[in-house]
Amino acid sequence: MNLRKYLKVYKKFLHTSLASELEYKTNILVDLITAILSLVGSIFLLSIFFQNNGYIGGWKFEQALIIQAIYTILNGITNTWFNPNLTEIVKHIREGTLDFVLLKPIDSQFFISLKKINPSGFLEIMLGFLLLFFCIRINQISLNLIFLTLSLFTICCSICILYSLWFFISTTTIWFVKTWNAIEVLRSFLYIGRFPLNSFSFSLRIFFSVFIPIAFITTIPSEVFLGLSELWKILLEAIVAIVFLFTSRKFWLFALKFYTSASS
Amino acid sequence: MGQNIIDVRNLSKSFDVSSKEPGLKGTIKHFLRRQTKSLKVIKDVSFEIKQGEIVGFLGANGAGKTTILKMLCGLIYPSEGSILVSGYLPFRRKENFLKNITLIMGQKQQLIWDLPPIESFYLNASIYDLDKFEAKKRIKKLSGMLEIDEELFIPVRKLSLGQRMKSELIAALIHEPNILFLDEPTLGLDINAQRNLRKFLQKYNKETNATICLTSHYMKDITSLCKRVICVHEGAISYDGKLDLLLKKLSPVKEILIVCRSEEDAIKLENSGFNVKNKIKNEITIKIENNSITSSLKTILNNFDIEDLFINEPPIDEVIGKVLIKKDYDI
Repeated sequence: MNLRKYLKVYKKFLHTSLASELEYKTNILVDLITAILSLVGSIFLLSIFFQNNGYIGGWKFEQALIIQAIYTILNGITNTWFNPNLTEIVKHIREGTLDFVLLKPIDSQFFISLKKINPSGFLEIMLGFLLLFFCIRINQISLNLIFLTLSLFTICCSICILYSLWFFISTTTIWFVKTWNAIEVLRSFLYIGRFPLNSFSFSLRIFFSVFIPIAFITTIPSEVFLGLSELWKILLEAIVAIVFLFTSRKFWLFALKFYTSASS
Repeated sequence: MGQNIIDVRNLSKSFDVSSKEPGLKGTIKHFLRRQTKSLKVIKDVSFEIKQGEIVGFLGANGAGKTTILKMLCGLIYPSEGSILVSGYLPFRRKENFLKNITLIMGQKQQLIWDLPPIESFYLNASIYDLDKFEAKKRIKKLSGMLEIDEELFIPVRKLSLGQRMKSELIAALIHEPNILFLDEPTLGLDINAQRNLRKFLQKYNKETNATICLTSHYMKDITSLCKRVICVHEGAISYDGKLDLLLKKLSPVKEILIVCRSEEDAIKLENSGFNVKNKIKNEITIKIENNSITSSLKTILNNFDIEDLFINEPPIDEVIGKVLIKKDYDI
C-alpha cells in the first residue's frame, strides 16, 4: 500500500467533503446546536438516575460522567466519520454507484469508509474532551504518560470495535439491499454505552460484552481513566478490536464477490 | 488495428431472482417464503476485441449488454468461462488493470453533487496518483476537446445534463485509460450534445488508439462510431461483425422514388418488370436489390424520360429493431 498516495487522497477527501458541507451553513448551525443540546440532555438524564441513590452499579455520578464523556467523544466520531460514510454504503449498493468506487485503483473499504466527513461532529468530540478534562479534575485523577497512553489506546480500540460492527452490518446490504433498521438498532445499543456495565443485570452484562460488545466501547476506557481497570480487560478489548477489524475486512472482500451492481 | 486486447471465452452469468405474485396474498407469500430461481442472463458468449476498435453492443432492454460490459470491467464475477482484458482477469481488479480502464454510465454519476466538477477531477487525479501539474494539463486538454470551460467552476447541481456528461467524461478520462466502457453515454442528451459527444469519442479514439466498448439505444451513436457491432439477444450473441454487412443483410433492398416526365412514362416503367411498390400519377416507387442498383438505374435512365429520382435508405432504427427481436427475424 502506497501510504503517501493514501494520505494525499485523504487530504482531498477532507477538502471536498468540508467544501460540500460548508455549502449549507444553516444545516451546520443546526447540527452544532443539536450536539450541545444532546450533551446537556444526556447529563441531565444521568443526574436523574443518581438523584435517589448516590451509586449505580458501584459508580458515583462524577465517575459515571467519564462514561458520558467517552460516549460523547465516540458519538462525535460516529457523527463525523461513520454516519456520513457507512450509511452511504446502503445507497451505493442500492443505486449501483459502488461501481465507481470498485473501479478506482484504491482500496474500496478505505474509499467508502473515509470519503466524507461531517464537520459538526467535531464539536461533539471537543465537548466530549472538555467533559473528560472536567471529570479528570473533579475525580482528582493524576495524569501520567502510561495512564494517557492506555486511555488513548482503549479509546482507539473502542473506535475500531464500533466501526467494525457498523461496517459489518452495512456490508450485509450486498445481500439484503436494505439494512437501515439494523443500523438503527446498533445506534440504540450504543446509547446503552452511556451507563456503567455493572449497572445492568448479569445476563445483560454478558449480552453486551459477548454478543454486542457495546460494554467494551465505553466502560473499559472509563475504568482506565479511573484507575479501576485490570490489564486482562485492556488486553481483551484489544483482542476484540483486532478480531472485529479483521473479520469485517474479510467479510467485505468476501461480500464483494456477490455484488451484482444495480441494473441500468 | 492492433492485437487482441479483450478476449472472452464461453462466458456465462447466472443470477438468483425472486418473483412475486400480485396483491396482498402474493406480498405475504413473498415475504414469508421467497421463491428464487437461477436465471442465466449471459449464455456461452465468446468474442475478441482488438486494440483501437470501437465496438457497439446492440440488444433490447434486458438482453444482457450491460452485464457483459460490467463483467469486462470486473464489477461482476462471471459464473462460467474466461475473460482477459489487457492481459488481466478483470474481477481481480488489480491496480494496473484499473488504471487502464474506465466506465462511463449515462444514468449514473460520480461527480460530487454540491461542488464544481473541477474538485472531482482533482480528487480523481489524486486517486490515480497524478501530480497537480499533470492533472491540470490533462484537464485543460480534455476540456478543450469537449469545449467546456467556465462550467467546470459551477456546482454540478447547477449544470445542464449535457454539461454534466462532459464533466463526467473528463472525470472518467483524466487517467488516460486505454479501454473505455460506455453504457448509454448519450442517454437524455439533446441532439447537439449527442453529436458533440460522438465527435469527442471519435477524436479520442483517433488520438489515443483507445479501445471503446459502447452500448446505446440511439442508433446514431452506433452508426457514427462503430464499424463492428455485437448483437445480444436473450444473453447470447446473435451477430458479431461489421455493421454495414449487418445492414445489408437486414435490408437487402432499397426503395427508389422515380419522377417521370409524363404519366405515360410512369405506366411504361410500371410494366417493364421492376418490383413496383406503388404509383401515383407520374411518380413511381420501385424496390431494387442493393447489388443491382447501379445497373438498374442505368437501364432506367437510358430507357425512360426521367425528371428526378430519390434513393431512400430504410430508417436505421427500423432495420436494427429487427435484430433485437431475433425470433421474428433470423440473421
